[in-house]
Amino acid sequence: MLLGPSLVLSAILFSIGVVGVMIRRNAIVLFMCVELMLNAVNLSFVALSTAHGFGGQVMVFFVMTVAAAEAAVGLAIILAIFRHTKSVDLKNINLLQG
Amino acid sequence: MNPSWIWLTIALPFAGFLVNGVLALAKPDAKRVVSLVGPGVLLAAFAVAASIFAGLWTHPPEEPIVLPLWAWIGAGALRVNFSLQVDQLSAVMLMVVTGVGSLIHIFSVGYMREDPGYARFFAYLNLFVAFMLILILGSSLPVLFVGWEGVGLCSYLLIGFWYQEKANADAGKKAFIVNRIGDFGVLIAMFLIFWTIGSLEFTDIVKHAPSAYAAGGTLITVITMFLFLGCAGKSAQIPLYVWLPDAMAGPTPVSALIHAATMVTAGVYLVARTSILFSMAPVSSMVVAGVGATTALFAASIGLRQYDIKKVLAYSTVSQLGYMFLGVGSAAYSAGVFHLVTHAFFKALLFLGSGSVIHAMHHAYHATHSHEDAQDMRNMGGLSKYLPATYWLMLLATFAIAGVPPFSGFFSKDEILSAAFGRGAEHPVFYVFWAFGVAAALMTAFYMMRLMAMTFWGENRTGTVEQEHLHEAPAIMTGPLVILGVLSVIGGVLNLPEFVGGLSHQGLEKWLEPVLAPAAKQMPVHMPHGSTETILIVAASLTAIAGLVAGWKATLAKPITVAKAAHEEVGFARVLFNKYYIDEIYQSLIVRPLVAISRLFLWKFVDQGVIDGLGVNGSGGLARALGWLGGRLQSGQLGLYVIVFVAGAVWLLHAVIR
Amino acid sequence: MAEIVFYLLAVAAVGSAVLCISQKNPIPSALWLVSTMFALAGIYVLLNAQFIAAMQVLVYAGAVMVLFLFVIMLLNLGRDDQTDIKKGPVVLVAVLLGAGIVAALIATRDTSVAGLAARLGGSNPAASPLDLMGGGEVQSVAAFNNAIGSIAKPMFQTYLVPFELTSVLLLAAAVGAVVLAKRKL
Repeated sequence: MLLGPSLVLSAILFSIGVVGVMIRRNAIVLFMCVELMLNAVNLSFVALSTAHGFGGQVMVFFVMTVAAAEAAVGLAIILAIFRHTKSVDLKNINLLQG
Repeated sequence: MNPSWIWLTIALPFAGFLVNGVLALAKPDAKRVVSLVGPGVLLAAFAVAASIFAGLWTHPPEEPIVLPLWAWIGAGALRVNFSLQVDQLSAVMLMVVTGVGSLIHIFSVGYMREDPGYARFFAYLNLFVAFMLILILGSSLPVLFVGWEGVGLCSYLLIGFWYQEKANADAGKKAFIVNRIGDFGVLIAMFLIFWTIGSLEFTDIVKHAPSAYAAGGTLITVITMFLFLGCAGKSAQIPLYVWLPDAMAGPTPVSALIHAATMVTAGVYLVARTSILFSMAPVSSMVVAGVGATTALFAASIGLRQYDIKKVLAYSTVSQLGYMFLGVGSAAYSAGVFHLVTHAFFKALLFLGSGSVIHAMHHAYHATHSHEDAQDMRNMGGLSKYLPATYWLMLLATFAIAGVPPFSGFFSKDEILSAAFGRGAEHPVFYVFWAFGVAAALMTAFYMMRLMAMTFWGENRTGTVEQEHLHEAPAIMTGPLVILGVLSVIGGVLNLPEFVGGLSHQGLEKWLEPVLAPAAKQMPVHMPHGSTETILIVAASLTAIAGLVAGWKATLAKPITVAKAAHEEVGFARVLFNKYYIDEIYQSLIVRPLVAISRLFLWKFVDQGVIDGLGVNGSGGLARALGWLGGRLQSGQLGLYVIVFVAGAVWLLHAVIR
Repeated sequence: MAEIVFYLLAVAAVGSAVLCISQKNPIPSALWLVSTMFALAGIYVLLNAQFIAAMQVLVYAGAVMVLFLFVIMLLNLGRDDQTDIKKGPVVLVAVLLGAGIVAALIATRDTSVAGLAARLGGSNPAASPLDLMGGGEVQSVAAFNNAIGSIAKPMFQTYLVPFELTSVLLLAAAVGAVVLAKRKL
């Protein structure tokens, strides 16, 4: 069975995604790291679907849909930000400062 | 009529209050409607009261009739119904309040006709009667207390009726604040009674008090002393009497109704109502009698040297209330109530008569645009020529209050003095109280005759131009005076002493016996009989006549100068004129230190320092500081947020799976 | 055999992912991410999810990543001369936290579903999140011959309404992207 190793792989990929979000400042790279995390979750869904039925694969389908929508909107936001600040570096984007 | 209709007597004045109140706000000019509604509801209430009283007269109830209207308070063991109690005592009070109240309402139609606040005045007056009836009909202390506070509110509103002048508004506030001290006493007494008996219904108190308290014990003494504190506040006894003379700032009908005939007698009523408690506390009864006798003498002596006609009557009221307390303190509860009734007649007459005089004086000065004091007796004199009806009626009332036989005041005052004298056999100090009472009676006769002489006799001092404008009041004002005059003269038949005999001798005492019997069992009254009684009566009559003659002679012995040319008083008269400087003493001993403490400690330190500084600004500053710290955390740098967020997530994950 | 292929693909996926987050230039980052996705697609095939594997290649590696690359190039971000990777200590903290996540997740894998559900507060194992998304009955490997058919059944029966709602989501995303990206409407 590949379930156990698949879940471990999923965990590792997810963590790499998290580490990526933490160490990068480029907004687009951050987005790609988020996609990596989504992929890791997809992997665990597919792996678990071998044991728990095809609902998991349907979830993967939904995750992909949401990811596509999120990528479209997110990249549009980055475009808007870039137009505003001439940069996508997060250190230049601190509107939330208290 | 069935006594279950008794609620109507409260509902009618209250409905009048609503109608007049709405008119006062919406259409103050609708004086015709107000003139119909204001006295109309009172007359209707009097009709209801009279028919109920007639029913009680033919079939006197053995037990008080308690009529629950609705459940009011239910908390733990405390169950208070809003219920009314009809018995012989409340029936007497009911007749006095609605009867005298109706007459004064009718008088007010004439007296207040030109006042812009006409509708407001009748709204307050109707509301007052409604609360007064709740006070006397309430079947338990809390219901009574609602009326007690309600009449206090109306008193405040009516004293400050002409609130545009600061002095009037201040007098209202003074009455309200002084009464708070007494209310505190009533509340404490209520707590203690509930604590010991478990009920605040009068019927339960009468039933359980003899077993719940040891006669003469500390507890019952404390309860009755607190009750008496409330009575002293409401009925203007030493040391809380100071508000009543100032209360004369209100319109004269208010002085007659609230501050002479009804509200101020509520304290006497309360003592009579809780007579079972007072009769079990000899020490408290002695204090009641002592305070009453001292007040009677003290206030009467102040009345000797007042020039404002209403001030004289105000101190006279305080003095007469002292008599009533001397009576109830001597366990002669029926005598106290008797004097309450006769006093309501003749003092209402005196006040309304003075109102008629002031009315005439005010018109005279108004016509000539003079700014002289229309209430100062030094500006009057010789008014009997201009106001004959008022003069004769007030003369009757003077004889009544002075205690000249066979006017009503003679019988009631005599009964009180006899009771005090009789109690002297047990406690010799009552002889002193009796002597105070006799001395006060002498002074009463003196200052009343002085009032009459200064006002109605001698040369007129109003002014030559003004004289032409002096005229008798209209019939709507003199009519009620006539009825009150008749009552003042014949009021004594309510409770004729035994030696007079006849069918109705001791009528009131026998009538009240079912209510007062439990108290009489605890503390019987020993009225003097035989030669002692005769001597006392003759002495009292001679005292009254001596006082009258002295007052007449002394007042007219030398010419009286008008108010603006008057010299300063000298010697002891000056002390009397300044009311023993009691107001000044209170001002410097109580008010000033209180203000100083309030200003320096409570305001500057507690309020500004502790509450504003530490409490309000402190908590605000703390929130600001915490907010500043939190603000530092919100750097706006997403990377930091992510790291903190992930750290939190990792911690949470480990916490869950551990 | 399948296991060897799995581990090869797993190493490729992890290696590509690490390279993806450690490249200075976003364009190689994106390409390494595509590589990770291809490796994952292979693993999906090994897990008998051929339809998902196809979707992975078409939607993710194809459409989404092309969009990323397009935006990077549009904004002209592909530069080697400057880095957006943070300084050493931050990286160290991040790696430690990542390791913590891996440790926690692996520990979770070893726990039984019922036990985890109980720990999370639910007393009924049937109500655990895993069972709620069952959707179809568990089928043996032999039944995977018709891969698309077996996923179509839950998708168009159990999850029909959510499936239709995704169309609304995509429409909203398309409109939103246009609104956000346009200079002037």
